[in-house]
Amino acid sequence: MKKNNQLKRVTIRFAGDSGDGMQLTGNQFTKATAIARNDLSTLPDFPAEIRAPAGTLYGVSGFQIQFGSDMVHTPGDIADVLVAMNPAALKASLKYLKDNGIIIVNTDSFSPRNLRMAGFEENPLDSHYLDGYEVFPVEMTRLTKDALEGIDLSHKEKERSKNFFALGMLFWLYNRPIEPTLEWIAKKFAKKAVWAEANVAALRAGRNFADSTELFTASYTIPEATIEAGIYRQITGNQALALGLVAAREKSQLDVFYASYPITPASDLLQHMAGYKNYGVKSFQAEDEMAAIGAAVGAAFAGDIGVTATSGPGFALKSEFLGYALIAELPLVVIDVQRAGPSTGMPTKPEQTDLLLGMYGRNGESALPIVAAASPSDCFNTALEAVRIALTYMTPVMVMTDAYLANGAEPWKIPDVDQIKPIDVTYAAENGVYRPYDRDPDTLARHWAIPGMPGLEHRLGGLEKEDGSGNVSYDPENHHHMTTLRRERVERINQSVQFPEVYGDDEGDVLIVSWGSTYGTVLTTVDQLREEGKKVSFFHLRWLNPLPGNLEDVMKKFKKVVIPEMNLGQLSMLIRSRYLVDTIGFNRVTGLPLSVSELKEAIDDIL
Amino acid sequence: MADKVAPAKKQDFGSDQDVRWCPGCGDYAILAQMKKVLPTLGISREKTVFISGIGCASRFPYYMNTYGMHTIHGRAPTVATGVKLANPDLSVWIVTGDGDGFSIGTSHLMHLCRRNIDVNVVLFNNQIYGLTKGQYSPTSPVGKITKTSPVGSLDTPFNPIKMVLSAGASFVARTIDRDTKHMAETFRRAAAHKGVSFIEVYQNCNIFNDGAFSHLTDPKTKLENVLYLEDGEPLVYGKEQRYGIKLNGLSFEKSAIDNDAATDEFLKHDVHVVDTTFPLMLSILNEKAGMPTPVGVFRAIERPTYNEGFQQQLESVTAKKGEGQLKQLLVAADIWEVD
Repeated sequence: MKKNNQLKRVTIRFAGDSGDGMQLTGNQFTKATAIARNDLSTLPDFPAEIRAPAGTLYGVSGFQIQFGSDMVHTPGDIADVLVAMNPAALKASLKYLKDNGIIIVNTDSFSPRNLRMAGFEENPLDSHYLDGYEVFPVEMTRLTKDALEGIDLSHKEKERSKNFFALGMLFWLYNRPIEPTLEWIAKKFAKKAVWAEANVAALRAGRNFADSTELFTASYTIPEATIEAGIYRQITGNQALALGLVAAREKSQLDVFYASYPITPASDLLQHMAGYKNYGVKSFQAEDEMAAIGAAVGAAFAGDIGVTATSGPGFALKSEFLGYALIAELPLVVIDVQRAGPSTGMPTKPEQTDLLLGMYGRNGESALPIVAAASPSDCFNTALEAVRIALTYMTPVMVMTDAYLANGAEPWKIPDVDQIKPIDVTYAAENGVYRPYDRDPDTLARHWAIPGMPGLEHRLGGLEKEDGSGNVSYDPENHHHMTTLRRERVERINQSVQFPEVYGDDEGDVLIVSWGSTYGTVLTTVDQLREEGKKVSFFHLRWLNPLPGNLEDVMKKFKKVVIPEMNLGQLSMLIRSRYLVDTIGFNRVTGLPLSVSELKEAIDDIL
Repeated sequence: MADKVAPAKKQDFGSDQDVRWCPGCGDYAILAQMKKVLPTLGISREKTVFISGIGCASRFPYYMNTYGMHTIHGRAPTVATGVKLANPDLSVWIVTGDGDGFSIGTSHLMHLCRRNIDVNVVLFNNQIYGLTKGQYSPTSPVGKITKTSPVGSLDTPFNPIKMVLSAGASFVARTIDRDTKHMAETFRRAAAHKGVSFIEVYQNCNIFNDGAFSHLTDPKTKLENVLYLEDGEPLVYGKEQRYGIKLNGLSFEKSAIDNDAATDEFLKHDVHVVDTTFPLMLSILNEKAGMPTPVGVFRAIERPTYNEGFQQQLESVTAKKGEGQLKQLLVAADIWEVD
């Protein structure tokens, strides 16, 4: 009988060639882990190249998962275990593995050719290259082929099942249930029985091998986390945004008109939306970024929920139309899935560098509401809330996510649809004197009328409007009035949204203020610091414009305010300029999520 | 379908806003004809939408008592596309100019034509930038002296008719601001057409480009320079119809008509030819010196519209899969239960 060790949390990184099925392997491991009742967070890390040549460093596809017996909010800074399917994967991924980490490696792929492709002069398995790591060499390809003896597939085809062999080993090592993957295989390969047979054989062989080999002397158990009861699924940020928009349609009974131009990492939103034609979603692939927002503006004028999504370069192109939608006072949702910039930058990598562009990136005084999602599943509520505010306040609303949220996945407790509040939509009444810029005294939203409504015909435009009548006006006082009114309307959104609460004590040495996808990293860091008895609390912003009404009071009760961001201090700048608080930034712009260890070190220094 | 209870008077379509074009501008004539034509179409005001970009012409929606949007420079086709796709029952008109439609917004206009979205485009072509006070435009002729081309413009102009034909516009016509009856008739035909209708209006800017089209409007020269396109009729023009157009090799040539019987040898106009070769050849006729400028409908063909296809897809998917239920959609994934 082998030993069984208990662990609190583990981070595993699967890495292989683009064609090795690492994303699939990672997803299956994730699902088994969720069913084993661990909390978890995952991050796929695939190459930007569509079909990178096999065996190359830039063709390495990775998938990282952190899971544990308590709450897990990030995919892990650094892996405990690396599963490397070829030399390139080993070389490219070693930087993500901790010192003394475990490497499970497919030795069969270390051919002279693959070694050369990965830039190894000698075989790292035979040299001192991996000194300091615990290496488990496994002939995965051969063992897979042996296990598939008698199955009617060619040698090459049999080799393709080696990822299931690897998965089987990991299932044994971490005591994960095999059944969900067996079910998945049966469904996925229902029409290709021979493939189903091969993958099942490889999966079982991998598990049996791990159990019987002397290589592995122990397996690991991660106790169940306390997880709220309910029905769960995995969800990425982009999926959650799309579903949130469908939910907004159901709750408002207005169709969603989704117009977009493909751009990484926002493209799959358009793909999701194009599949929801029977859910009241009209999707339109426009000829460019301006056309996408233009069509959304037109649809909003015609009475749909106009939505467009993009990433940095496209967001820059949409600026002029955003200003237009603002002065025309039309409800619109504009999603920016942020990526590393400037210019084309690093399209598949996350950053938080568009915040000031969202705040100020238009001509004129043009305040726009901005809401940011904190985690992949939070994108669902963020989309819903953005639509609600856009319709309530008759304004465009910016939604900010990033490449990490877009592709990152986590378990999501599926909400009870009946518990989601309806989104009320009110229209102007036909009373013979419709004035398009008459407004609600509380929200300052103008009264909406849409084409087809008799007696409410009116013209909108980008020229300054006289308040009330909506007529073109160059009157100096009116312009000042309208400018301040547009800003005031954004502030009034605070009437309709919940303020964030302080995580931790209400007073102390350090308050960390953050926004967007850094949520998980900051939360994990704060937990660690607080476990050590440090007086650190956390305040995560959902709305960046308006800033929450309690922010100033919350900050006052701490000696220091630290703002970690994946930019050079954009939220810091907003908070410093508004509240005259001497914030301390923690700023890293690497195209990677912030690391818990680096942030913790920084806070420790500040303390 | 469009509401048939329409106001009958042209005043009903005018807004209460003061018209602020320069006195003598060709735009007035276009506005007047539009107000005259709309009440005859049987489409109510609330179902009529005017979308414009930026420029003198683009002030147009403010003067119409319909729904309307004065949008941003060059982008009217994108907004109109959204309006039409969101509510296909609306009658949508785009008003644009040569700068708006063929400089900053060229691409959108081409895509609109390619998709054949059922909207009407009225191009006010005055071959000059008016609102910015007199710079050459992408339809100004080579050598044009303006404030930004003091020794003559070097830009080869675009030929709007040729471009929209190439992009796939299904209805293409040209008319002239001074020829009001012809303009009204052209608007009527455009409105009746299903698919994108493109109308180029030669419009005189009496401040910055006065007389650009006088050879086509001056009673003394007009007949010698304008070839009125009449469907099914031979391509003849001139005082007493003295000239005709015929094919010589791969080009059009003009030839004098000696007697009545000879008209048979001239080409007959046909707006329904699906092949674009014939209308394209017509569109470049006046690029050659000594040849007349065709005015009228170049092309009116039927082809599927994007908006109908868009609507059909929504309906057919819904018919096939049933109306989507959010509750089911949320669980349409690998799910697991924690109890």
